[in-house]
Amino acid sequence: MKRILPPLILVAALLAGWEIACRALVVPPYLLPPPSAVWTALLESWPLLLSSAWATLSTALLALVIASLVACGLALTVSLNRVLEDAVRPIAVTLQVTPLVAIAPLVTIWAGIDHPERAVIGLAAVVAFFPIFSGALAGLKSVDPDLARLFDLHGATPFQRLTRLRLPSAVPALLEGHKVAAGLAVIGAVVAEFVAGSGGAQGLAWRILEAYNRLQTAKVFAALVMLAILGVALHAIMEALERRLLHFWRGR
Amino acid sequence: MSGPVASLSAVAVDYPRGRALGPVDLALAPGEIVALVGPSGCGKSTALRLLAGLEAPTQGAVTRATGRGETSVVFQAPTLAPWLSARDNVALPLELAGVGKREARAAAEEALAKVGLASAAAARPAQLSGGMAMRVSLARALVTRPRLLLLDEPFAALDEITRRVLADDVLALAAELAPAVVFVTHNVEEAVYMAGRVVVMTPGPGRIAGEIAIEGAVPRPPGFRTTAAFRAAAEAVSELLATASERAA
Repeated sequence: MKRILPPLILVAALLAGWEIACRALVVPPYLLPPPSAVWTALLESWPLLLSSAWATLSTALLALVIASLVACGLALTVSLNRVLEDAVRPIAVTLQVTPLVAIAPLVTIWAGIDHPERAVIGLAAVVAFFPIFSGALAGLKSVDPDLARLFDLHGATPFQRLTRLRLPSAVPALLEGHKVAAGLAVIGAVVAEFVAGSGGAQGLAWRILEAYNRLQTAKVFAALVMLAILGVALHAIMEALERRLLHFWRGR
Repeated sequence: MSGPVASLSAVAVDYPRGRALGPVDLALAPGEIVALVGPSGCGKSTALRLLAGLEAPTQGAVTRATGRGETSVVFQAPTLAPWLSARDNVALPLELAGVGKREARAAAEEALAKVGLASAAAARPAQLSGGMAMRVSLARALVTRPRLLLLDEPFAALDEITRRVLADDVLALAAELAPAVVFVTHNVEEAVYMAGRVVVMTPGPGRIAGEIAIEGAVPRPPGFRTTAAFRAAAEAVSELLATASERAA
């Protein structure tokens, strides 16, 4: 309770200041709606916002699964061969530092103009790919050197080394990578919807665009609030999941 | 059984930044306990890795009469897999050698009982104290019934009381299986207490400065640390270390 109270008080104070300032200065609501108007907008459109949030979340989760499969598979392959790793790493880094919005048009073309939802999933997966890939790769290489010597000493086969040493050693880094990737997948899904999403897109980004085009600023805020709740909730869930699995991994 | 279990003949090891060890000669008779003592950087751990076959010498020859799985190493840290129970950690070397799971686990439980941890078989390393984890590590080294047991500063991270208890445990267990033991430490009293032969090493590059034989029965009788013989031997080793370091510097 002591740790929740200060941020609650701060948020309440900021909201009160915002409300008072809007009324005192007679700010036009399309420029900055007061919190009360945002609250009204939330109450009015929460079923739609909820279904949009679900659309964004399911897009992000699907992207996360795809990214996880590709990243883990690639990290495993690459970790088995030094030359392959040296070859792949610069390409991966180049792709990582390229802004998502810059490759969005290409991905949209490849996904087919009629399937913007595929483009959105693909783009979100690209963003989620890197933390998992680098986490998996670092994890597979983070083996305790003395434990590796023990495997040498007892003549372990390469297969034993992989399944009984490197894969289990990689678990903490893999969990960390997935936690970071889940947050990025939501951001990626929203950004991708902005760039690629039209027509078929049903996510929160689309709600924001829609309200923005009609200058319904309160609804923009309402969608933002929903997005923030979604992000915080997903982060909390992933963190709890990571803790549980780590607990299981090290038995404490 | 009469020849040495392992030996280094005129062995030297070069690393990119220069010579780390050698040339040195060292032969281990079956069942004897040898302590390697010296300051950091004197090549004690390198010598140990050579004897284990984990590293190859740049010059000279390493001969080992032991087959695969007959050498065990206890590292500075317990080096246990955090995702395995104590029992599965101990069973690991046997399983890697192709022993069946059930048989390996039974042997592991027996080895754990010998180090006094029968009740901790299901515990994970994170649930064990430093001393207990080191005991599990010791059980893992002994479960394969090695002919050569190499210990690389195994008690460095432990408090003095735990160190002494574990030293006695190692001696008791070694007496039972009678492997040749090489024990790296920079604690002179520990070396004199445990070994029948203390080899003093100096750094830059690592060389053997001399060796001192320690009289008396192993395992040590109670109160051995207070005897005049113990004090005299510790004094002799300290003196050899001091003069050798002076000469090296």
